[in-house]
Amino acid sequence: MTADVDATAPKYLRDKYAIIGVGETTYTRGSNLTTRALGTWAVKNAMEDAGIPASEVDGMMSYSNNDSTPSPMIAGDLGIRLNFYMDVYGGGSSSEALIGLAIGAIEAGMCNTVVVFRSMNGYSQVRIGGTGVRAAAPIGGDAVHTAPYGWLSAGQNFSPSFMRHMYDYGTTPEQVAMVKVIHSEHASNNPKAYYKQRLTVDDVLNSRMIVKPLHLLDCCVETDNATAVIVTRAERAYDYRNTPARILGVAGRVCKPRIDMHFQHGPISTVAGYYIKDIIWPNAGVGPEDIDLTGAYDAFTFTSMLQLEDYGFCKKGEGGDYVSSGIMRLGNERPNNTSGGHLCEGYTHGMNMIIENVRQLRGEVDDYCPVDDQGRRQHTFDYSGGACRQVPDANISMNLGWAMPGTGSSMVMRKG
Amino acid sequence: MPQGEYRGMNLTILDIDHENVAYFGHCAEHDFHLQKCTACGLLRYPPGTACPWCQNREFEWTPVEARGTVHSYGEVHQAIQTQFREHAPYMILIVDLDTQKGEPSEHEALRVAGNLVTPDGELAPPELVKQVGIGSRMRMVFADVADGLALPMWTLDEEAEQPDEPWRYPQEYNGV
Repeated sequence: MTADVDATAPKYLRDKYAIIGVGETTYTRGSNLTTRALGTWAVKNAMEDAGIPASEVDGMMSYSNNDSTPSPMIAGDLGIRLNFYMDVYGGGSSSEALIGLAIGAIEAGMCNTVVVFRSMNGYSQVRIGGTGVRAAAPIGGDAVHTAPYGWLSAGQNFSPSFMRHMYDYGTTPEQVAMVKVIHSEHASNNPKAYYKQRLTVDDVLNSRMIVKPLHLLDCCVETDNATAVIVTRAERAYDYRNTPARILGVAGRVCKPRIDMHFQHGPISTVAGYYIKDIIWPNAGVGPEDIDLTGAYDAFTFTSMLQLEDYGFCKKGEGGDYVSSGIMRLGNERPNNTSGGHLCEGYTHGMNMIIENVRQLRGEVDDYCPVDDQGRRQHTFDYSGGACRQVPDANISMNLGWAMPGTGSSMVMRKG
Repeated sequence: MPQGEYRGMNLTILDIDHENVAYFGHCAEHDFHLQKCTACGLLRYPPGTACPWCQNREFEWTPVEARGTVHSYGEVHQAIQTQFREHAPYMILIVDLDTQKGEPSEHEALRVAGNLVTPDGELAPPELVKQVGIGSRMRMVFADVADGLALPMWTLDEEAEQPDEPWRYPQEYNGV
C-alpha cells in the first residue's frame, strides 16, 4: 500500500524536521499546582531531555480549552525570549496539527526551534469528562440543538457514532474491550502510568455503564498534567542529546463534511481518518504495513478502533477483529499505545502518545528494565507486568490524533 | 430574546441569531420547519447561514413532516447534569427524517436529535427505553421552554409499523 509519490517533493517537507526533546509532569488527580507551574515543569523537562539551553528555544505554541496558561507566561518563567508564539483553542488532534504549524513557522523563517505544550488540570479544575464547571455553563445559540438533551460530554456526543459501528458491522463489546485490556498491560510496564493494573475483558464489561456503549473502563482517565515536545530542523537536531525522531509527514485537523454536526454526513461510523489517510500516507511516503507501532488516540476504546480501521490498518468494518486479534500487544506485530495511553497513563489531549513514540524510536522507553552504569536502559523485552515495554527495532511510528468523529490529525515519525 | 430555564440549564438565543430564533420559534408553535435552499431546493438541518451543498445564502422556511427512523442513539446511564440524574437511563436519538432521506447522497439524511420521551413529552421511563433502538419509527413532539423557544423531542410513532426488534446494544445494564 506504500504510496507512489516523489519522495523529494519539497512541499511535504518530508524528513526535514525532527522532535529533539520530550517532557511531562507526573500524572495526578489533584496536582495542587497552577497550569503555569505544570507547563513550566513539562517544558523544562523537555529542554533537559534535549539538552537545549533557553537561548536556543525561540518559538512556543500551546492549545487548550481555556484551561491553560499562555506561552508568554511559561517562556517568561524559563527565561526564553520568543521570536514566535501562538496559543490556540482546541483539544484532541491539536498536538500533531501544532507540530505541523511549528514546521511551517520555522520554514517561513519566523523562528528556529519551537516548543509545543499542553497544560491542564483535567481532573482538579476543568474536568475533561464534562462534569463540574462545564456542566453548569449557560447554553446559547447552536449548542441549544444538543446540550439540552443531556448531550454534553465527549462520551455522550460520540456514542451514536460508536453504536452505529456495532450495528453496521457486528462489532461486539468484548472486541472493543480488548483495547483497554491491551493498553492496561502496556501501562503495567510504565512507572508513570496513573493506572498500572492489568485488566480483563470482564473487568471492562462489568464496570458501570456511563453512556451506552461506553462502560467506565471504556473511558480514559482524567488527570492533571502538562506535556511538551520540541521541534526543530533535522540538520540542527543532531546537535542535541538524543537520537532525533524525524518527522516523515503530518496532517492536521482534517475534517469530515458537515463538521458542525458530522453525523449529518454518513456513514456516521466513518471518522476523519478516512480522509486523513489520503494525506498522511503520500506525505510520509509509507503505508500501514511499514508502521512498527501506533499511537491511536484512546479517549475511548472505540476511538482507537475506528481510527485504525479508517486509516487502513484493516478493512472497513473489521476494526473489532483488529483490536481483539492481539496485534496491538507489545511483542506482536504492531503495538498500540505502549505507554497505556489516555485509558491508563493519563489524559493529555494526545501529547503523551507522541512523547511515547519518540522514546520508542530512540529505543529508550522508561520502563522497569535495569539501567547500566552509562545510564542506558538494558531492555529485556519481557512484557510481563512490571518489566519491559520497549518495542524491538522500532523504526517507524504513527500517531492517529482524534478530536471527535469528524476531526483528526496524524503524524508519522522515523528513527533518526 | 428567547431565553428560559430547562432542566437546570439557562438556554438563550440571541436576537441577532436569526436562523436559530426562527427555527426554535416554529418549534414553540409546535410546527417543525427547516430552511429550504431557494437555488437547489434542498432542506438542511441544523439551521445554518448558507446551503452546505450549493453555498446559496437565500432560503425559505418550509414546513416538514417530522417523522422518521432512529439512525443511532446514545443511552446515558450516568447523567452529568443534575436534573437528568433522576431520569437516567435516558436516550439521545438521532432520527433520519423520511423527508429527503438518502439525498443529496446515499448516506445523507436530515438527522434530527432529541430525547426519547412519552407522548406527553416526559423523558421516557426505563420500560419505554427498552423498546426503542435503531430502526424504531418516531414522531416529533415538543418540550416547551419559554416564549419563542421549544425543543424537538421524539416519541414512538403509534401510527407507524414498528420493527419486531429494533437494534439495541447487546448488554443490558440495571435491567435496561
